[in-house]
Amino acid sequence: MNDHMILRVVGKFLIPYIMLFALYVQFHGDFGPGGGFQAGVIFASAFVIHTLLFGVRATQKIAPEWILRIVASGGVLLYAGVGVASLLLGANYLDYNVLGAYPVAGQHLGIILVEFGVGLTVTAVIMLMFFAFAARGEPEGDAS
Amino acid sequence: MLMHLPVLVVLAPLLAAPIVALMRGATWPWLLSTLVSWFALLCAVLLLIQVQAEGVIIYTMGGWEAPWGIEYRIDFANALLLVLITGLASVVMPYARLSVEQEVGAERSPMFYAALLLLSLGLCGMTATGDAFNVFVFLEISSLATYTLIAMGRDRRALTASFSYLVMGTIGGTFYLIGIGLLYVMTGTLNMADLAERLPAISDSSTVRTGFAFIVTGICLKLALFPLHLWLPNAYTYSPSAVTALLGATATKVAVYILIRFVFTIFGPEYSFGAEPLAEVLIPLAVIGLLSASTVSIGQPNIKRMLAYSSVAQIGYIVLGIAMGTAMGLTAALLHVFNHGLMKGALFMTLGAVMYRMGGTNLSDMQGLAKTMPLTFWAFVIGGLSLIGVPLTVGFVSKWHLILAAIELGWWPVVIVILAGSMLAVVYVGRVVEAGFFGEARDPTRREAPASLLIPVWILIFANIYFGIDTRLTVDIAEAAAAQLMAGGVVR
Amino acid sequence: MSGLGIWNYLIIIFLMMTGLYMVISSSNLVKKLIGLNVFQTSVFFMYISFGYISGGAGPVFNENVELYSNPLTHVLILTAIVVGVATTAVGLALSIRIKESFGTIEEDDLHKMDSSL
Repeated sequence: MNDHMILRVVGKFLIPYIMLFALYVQFHGDFGPGGGFQAGVIFASAFVIHTLLFGVRATQKIAPEWILRIVASGGVLLYAGVGVASLLLGANYLDYNVLGAYPVAGQHLGIILVEFGVGLTVTAVIMLMFFAFAARGEPEGDAS
Repeated sequence: MLMHLPVLVVLAPLLAAPIVALMRGATWPWLLSTLVSWFALLCAVLLLIQVQAEGVIIYTMGGWEAPWGIEYRIDFANALLLVLITGLASVVMPYARLSVEQEVGAERSPMFYAALLLLSLGLCGMTATGDAFNVFVFLEISSLATYTLIAMGRDRRALTASFSYLVMGTIGGTFYLIGIGLLYVMTGTLNMADLAERLPAISDSSTVRTGFAFIVTGICLKLALFPLHLWLPNAYTYSPSAVTALLGATATKVAVYILIRFVFTIFGPEYSFGAEPLAEVLIPLAVIGLLSASTVSIGQPNIKRMLAYSSVAQIGYIVLGIAMGTAMGLTAALLHVFNHGLMKGALFMTLGAVMYRMGGTNLSDMQGLAKTMPLTFWAFVIGGLSLIGVPLTVGFVSKWHLILAAIELGWWPVVIVILAGSMLAVVYVGRVVEAGFFGEARDPTRREAPASLLIPVWILIFANIYFGIDTRLTVDIAEAAAAQLMAGGVVR
Repeated sequence: MSGLGIWNYLIIIFLMMTGLYMVISSSNLVKKLIGLNVFQTSVFFMYISFGYISGGAGPVFNENVELYSNPLTHVLILTAIVVGVATTAVGLALSIRIKESFGTIEEDDLHKMDSSL
């Protein structure tokens, strides 16, 4: 894999920007195009590139499977938890209006939290799926 | 909290599933899933009582009113279905512990229970929601959970069974999606009540007709109507016993409910049976399915497979009731949905107990069961009698209503078909009972199934008898539900 | 829809039938999954076509724009895409396990091994 020096250097250079773009899509989601699904997939794709360049083992050291499982479940719980919070505040399930001091603030907060939950889950699940396939029959530290 | 019941039924398993998936070992996931399914049952029963007292319950998600937001709309029909699903889940969960330990293994248990929770979440969601697209989402949630659950079976053929169900199920789901899209483009709404209001004005457009055809075909794939049932026998046979019990009792029933919802509430009986040849299509298929599946099940060496074919036949009865297009037929169909859930759940769980002790469910494993596992065997006998439709069991109640509905229409050939189906059931159940009574057990020592398997089985068996004797509750609800549905459109 | 006429629907139907045909006719399980994906994708295109309004701008709020395309179908299809991804992942995982336990993913060979499939 050492002969792909150019790919590795360019890839390393790109990965942070991909992640940054994912975060932009994520947190821009409540008043512009974007949201958790797209951001999650973009964020996961940064790790996919990392895997292609450095091998599954290297990536799994950064993002071990057990952490991904917790993140995946945590995202769903965050999503459902926002709904429960609005239930406890006396409104209907997922009614964001009651979350903030006034309805618009509540909607902002609710959407950001819910989308963040979605983003976490999608990132983790896409990576888990990718690892589930990529890690099969993988020779030590090599992806080619 | 009482006003939030419609969402709590769905929310409880949604909150529990990710937590269960993170747990280790077999005990804690099992315990949490069991408690959650009991909680869901409590919610469903309270909902049913609430519907009886106050009529239709409408719950808006996120406080957004219906045409813009998603609403959950609970009337008699889906309250009954919710009780059936959560009730079956509540007996299958405690039952699952030993049989899952043996058939799936402790290591995969957390994922198994998480998938089981997601399955019941999907089924409850499909039932509770009043939004046509939401149905698709929950349909796919429950289907994906089902594919993984089937693939956890011990036999390697579970994998191919799961794969073929995946292909067929996805085609069914996508057909449904196409149908919904066509309706959306014509009406501009996805809300069921809204659809019902706007469709009559444009009902002669060919887009609506195409949408209707796609939706009915897609759902019929999911409910395993002959000849779209080919995925079902393998899927039921090779999946773990607890999964077969829950699937066999609820999954196809929810699809039946969706069919009823579309045929009666959204399109209205006049359109479905007047403008469209729904009855002409469904009745022959139901009759052929009923007779052929019953006949095929007689020759099956594997009893689980035999009951799977019998399920296809029972779907024939239910669809027959729907296709009659009358209030009585619909009552019979809804009754049979509920009652068949009870009896198939009980029978598949009995087979799970046999599987636990004997390691298989072939006819040879059932030999001499009356002596070696009497309690399990008698549970099978009573469940089998219920399947045949002997008086004092639930099977009799629904077949009786079905026959009355057929007589009301003067459809004597159909009456004969229903009776013939019962005769065939006598043959295939009788085969097993005969083996159990008169067969020689390979190992005549008595080894009854453990109590944690037997108690859930017998709870269902008692439900079979109780609802067979005291028919007020089920018949009343089914009649009220049928009246609501026949009124067409949506009850405000 | 005037810009496209009915061409988009013809293409969608073509893709739909291609996908369905692949599912039915090919014996290889992975090819079946590919067919399934083509089939699903045609439905995604169908929804996106429904959402398009002649002259409508992208559904992002802008003070100078009066007519927007319908964003709801995009949202619905986003959900359906997620479902499609999940289905494909499960299907591929199943194919791998079938390959491991049967040694083949050709349906004909699977049938030969077991008549009950």
